[in-house]
Order: sequence, then C-alpha cells, then structure tokens
Amino acid sequence: MTISAQGLAWGIPLLRLLAALLLLLAFAMLAQRRLLTLIHLLAWQGVVLATGTALVALLTGQTELWFSAALTLGLKAILIPTVLHRLLRRLQVRGDVEAVLNIPLTLLAGIALVIFAFSLAAPITALTGIVTRGMVGIALAAVLLAFLMMITRRKAISQVVGFLAIDNGLFFAATSATLGMPMIVELGVALDALIGFVILGVFFFQIRETFDSMDLQNLEHIREE
Amino acid sequence: MLILLVLACAAMGIPLLALWGDGRRGAALFIGLNTLTLLAILALAIQVLRDGAFTAGGGQFMVDDLSIVLVLVDGVVGLSTAWFSRNYMLHEKAHWLLSRRRVRLYHAMFQTFLATMLLALLTNNMGILWVAMEGATLSTVLLVSLFRTAEGLEAAWKYFILCGVGLAMALFGTILLYFAAQKVLGHGADALLWTHLAAVRRQLQPQVMAIAFIFMLVGYGTKIGLTPLNNWLPDAHASGPSSVSAVLSGLLLNVALYAVLRAKVLVDGALGPDFAGRLLMGFGLLSLLVAAFSMLRQRDVKRLFAYSSIEHMGLATFAFGIGAPLASFAGLLHVISHSLTKSSVFFSVGQAVQSVGSREIQRIRGLLEFSPFLGWALMLAVLFILGMPPSGLFLSEFLIITSTLQAQPWLTPLLLLGLGVAFAGIFPRLQGMVFGPAPEGIARQPVAGIIPVFIQLALVIVLGVFIPWILVQWMQHAALLLHG
Repeated sequence: MTISAQGLAWGIPLLRLLAALLLLLAFAMLAQRRLLTLIHLLAWQGVVLATGTALVALLTGQTELWFSAALTLGLKAILIPTVLHRLLRRLQVRGDVEAVLNIPLTLLAGIALVIFAFSLAAPITALTGIVTRGMVGIALAAVLLAFLMMITRRKAISQVVGFLAIDNGLFFAATSATLGMPMIVELGVALDALIGFVILGVFFFQIRETFDSMDLQNLEHIREE
Repeated sequence: MLILLVLACAAMGIPLLALWGDGRRGAALFIGLNTLTLLAILALAIQVLRDGAFTAGGGQFMVDDLSIVLVLVDGVVGLSTAWFSRNYMLHEKAHWLLSRRRVRLYHAMFQTFLATMLLALLTNNMGILWVAMEGATLSTVLLVSLFRTAEGLEAAWKYFILCGVGLAMALFGTILLYFAAQKVLGHGADALLWTHLAAVRRQLQPQVMAIAFIFMLVGYGTKIGLTPLNNWLPDAHASGPSSVSAVLSGLLLNVALYAVLRAKVLVDGALGPDFAGRLLMGFGLLSLLVAAFSMLRQRDVKRLFAYSSIEHMGLATFAFGIGAPLASFAGLLHVISHSLTKSSVFFSVGQAVQSVGSREIQRIRGLLEFSPFLGWALMLAVLFILGMPPSGLFLSEFLIITSTLQAQPWLTPLLLLGLGVAFAGIFPRLQGMVFGPAPEGIARQPVAGIIPVFIQLALVIVLGVFIPWILVQWMQHAALLLHG
C-alpha cells in the first residue's frame, strides 16, 4: 500500500490521534460505573473506529474500505448502542455498575496491561514501516483493557459491552495496523458480530425470565463436585 | 465443484429446517439432509483419491489429505447424530414440553453448526476459518441453553463469553498472520489463503509469526478445551442435549485442533519445528493430567465424559507437538477414533440418562439387566474410550507412547500417569452403571436410537485392527504435511 507524501504529513498524525482516543475511551470504560455512560462510551469508540477506517480508505485509496467504514459506523456506533440502550430500558436495569476491584486499583492494573501490550508488540513494531508503528501495541492494549473490564464486572450488560469493546480493539488492529483485512473476512467478522449480538439479546430475556435479575451472580451455581 | 456441492448440501438445510424442522417431518428432513451431505462427501473423497489435493472457487476453498479425513468423520458423525437425535428428541420434547418453534430452532441451529464445521475444514482462507469457528460457537450457544433451565443458561453464558474472548484472541492472531503475510504476498485477498502462505512460509517474519501463533493457540485452544481455558467445556456438555454433547466432543474440538495444526505448519516454516511443537506438547500434557485428575471427583456422568474429552484432546495435541511423522499419524488416528467413540459414548449416556431420569452416576445402575442393548452399547463404547483393544484408540495410544519413547523418553511416565488416572476415574464407575440389579421405575427407551452406536463402534474396530489402505495413505500424507 502506498501513501502519498502529502498524506503522510497529515494523515498519519491524525491516525495516531484516533488511536490515542481509542485507548483513552478504553480507560474511560474501565473507570465508568454507570451502565448508560458505558454504552455511550462504546458508541464513541465506534465513531473513532469508523473515522479511522475512513481515514485509511482516504489515504490508501481502497474503495472497499469506505464500505467497511460505513458498516462500522452503522453497526458499532449507531445500531448496537441503540439496541443496548433500549434493552437497558426494556429490562429496567438501573443503578450503578459494581466493580469487583476498586477503580483506582483497576486503572493501575490497566496501565500495567498497556505497558505489557507495548512490550509484547515491540518486536512487531520494530519491523514495520513508519505508517503503522505503534498501532499494533495500541490495539492490543485496547483489547486487554476491555478484557480487564469484562472480568471485573458482574452485570451481564457490562460484560457484553466489554465483549464488544474487545471486538473494537481487534477491528482497529485490522484496519490501522494492516491497512485493511481482505473484504470477505471483514464481512464475515461483521456478520458474526451481528449474530452474536442478536443471540445476546435473546439471552438477556432468558436470563431475566429465569432469574428476575440481570446480575450474573445468579449464574454461579454450577460447582465442581 | 464437489467442495461447493458438499457445502451447498449442508447450508441448504438451514432454511429448510428453520421452516419445516418440527415433528416427525423435521427429524426425517434432518436425517435426509445429512445422508445427502455424506453422499456428497463420499464423492468428494473419491475425487481426492483420484486427483490428490485441489482448490476450488478461485482458490478460496481447498481440500487435501488432512482435511478430507476430518471431513469424512464430520459426515459420518453428522449422520449418526441425526439418526440418534430422532428418538432422543422425541423423549426430550415430551419431557421439557418443548414448543414446535423450539424444535425448529434446535434442528436449524444443529444444521448451522454442521455446515460451519464443514466450511471450517474446506475453506482455504485463514480468516474464513476463523469466521466459521465463531459461527459454530454462536450456533451451539442456543443449543446448550435449549431447555432454558437455570443451569443451562449459566453454562451457555459461560460458553459464550469464554469462547468469545478466546476466539477474539484467535482473530488477533489471524490479523498478525495477515500482517506478516502482507510483507511477502502483498496486500489483498490472497494473502490469507493457506496454500499461498504455505508456499512462502519460510519467508514470513519469525517474530511476528511467533506472537501470531501464540494468540491462535490460546484462542483456538480455548475451543479444543486445553487447560487452563477449559472451564466452559464440562458445563456446556453436561447442560445441553446429549446429541449436542456428542457433536461438541466429536466434531468441534477436532476442528479447533485442525485450525491450530494449519497455523502450526506455517509457523514451523518460519521458526523451525521446536517452537510450536514444545507449546503443543506442554499444553497437551498439562490438559491430559489436569483432566485425568478432575475425573476422579465427578458425580455427573456427562461431566465425567466431558473431562475425558479434554484428556483425549490433550493427548492428541501432545502427539502433534512431538512432530515426528509417526506421532502425527498417531495423533490423527487418535482424533478420528475419539470422534467416533466419544459420540457413541454420549449417545448411550444420553439414553441411559433418559431412562433413569438423572445424570448422577450413583443413580444409573444395572443397565445390562433392564436393557441389555443399551448396557452393551455403553459398556463397549466406554471400554473403547479407555483405549481397550481392538479399539482404534488402543492403536493410537500405543503409537503415541512409542513415539514419545523415541522423541522425549522422560515424558513417558507423565503420559502413562495421566492415562492410568483416567482409567481409574472411569472404569470403576462403568462397572456400577452396567452391572448389578436395576433400580425401580426405569423407563425403557426404544432400541432404534442406539443403533448408530454399534455402527460407529464397528468403524472404530476397523480403525484398530485393519485401517483401510486409502485412509492409511491419506493419514501418511497428512503426517508428512504436518512434519513440513
């Protein structure tokens, strides 16, 4: 993929800015107790992703990436957050998210994860051109932070938000670090994400029906004999 | 063309079963579709026999000696599960008062699962392989929670989240693989095609490939059931219908291992055989030992055999890790025999659980007395899974131990310890389940549902006594392919 010198001058710093935003949003999610704000943050991550994809499309001139950017915007920034929002209201889940660890401690663990992600990605970034330097590290950090969020939360919805945030980090890796995966793979991944989301919706109602609550503490009955 | 035919046969069934998949008609349709798929697979096998490996659909689909063997197993187990499922679901439907819609959902999701398994085996694109694995996970989630019990929901949620996160790791590995491939093959759709990657595997950047492989091993390893990410497996096996447990153990674990093997061939080219091999051996042996010791404290019969699946997949992973052609041959034989045998175990366990009305091992007693047919089926299937001759698992375990003695002799005691503990975990319980007087109030189940067990066990004996030369040839080629 070739990028013009002009594109390099302003495009790459902009891409880096978006990467930094993605990471900041991941941290914000980690620190956020309220479910509603959590969903908003997820939507913003979707916006950042779509912008990043569109930027890469502009810089490299791959027309299929425009399609991918539109898909991201529609799916991750609008559709999924809206549906989550509605679910939240339909299921009448209110109140704060409970973190298992306290928040400053979680954030410290998050910083450690970012350092770990960068050191893991160091040998990869050393090999890459100027364009994508650092992107793999940031994407991996975003994935790990979302993972951390998932394991520190108890509510089903916040686990799902974590799950979708992992997906966002991976998507960022695919578009920014590799400048776009093959279209067919991207379509497949998007399809899987959509189906997964629908199944989760079904699940919410089943859990609600069976337990009268969305708290996953109810789901801790299977024990090893 | 035949590759596309196989996939079309399997995929065509999804909408059909979603529309008409209830009642007697649904079960018959399910069996018919899987018979058709098996016929298409046999035709494909004949073509592979004649022409060797080939690609189709502009290089997007591929079949070679490694995949054809597993595709055949998929076809056979798919058909026998459809057969078993007919009687099994009749009983479950009455017991759980499943609505017609729920039965349609069951059949459609089951067919989706079988189709995604075939897609995973027949695609040439490492990205589509991931998509198919994720599709298989999603389709089985609703099957695990089919009965909508609290336990089923919990198991399905755990399954969804753990495997979802695991597969996310595998996707990251795939992205890194593409990242490495771009440098050699250029940007574009062809850079993830396995045949292209295998041709240039020595030129891929070793640092990137090492990290990519670790992510793929962790990701797909979650689905193989490798320790420490195997928490979902016993729950999902225990809570879902037995027909689903049979295909989870018999097909899904295999295909996940297949994905790791495809990645291993590539990383071996870039890094030499030691890196991936040692990782596989380590994780395999650990899973074998942990699962064997976990078996000792199980009280639920389906959980017991779910742990046995982890044990066997650990052993197969270990064998592939050794890397010598003999060990890979043994690993492949082990995987095939395990699929056929373990699905038979779950068929017979499923019927036994229906008869007794409980999954507790303590309550399943004297099967031979009240239903000799079922008793024999369970006894033979379990003896075979323990590696008794003349089962194919005896031969494969013998070969694995032999090649361990050659390659890493100091690991042999650990291997034998694991197998011994697994034997001690299952054998005494088997005696309790089949012998002795039968308790009161048992509902006898129709014999027809258990016939597939005997057919599959006959195939396992063939694998143990006299492997057909066609299969030997395919497995030898596959072992050489894995050897690099």
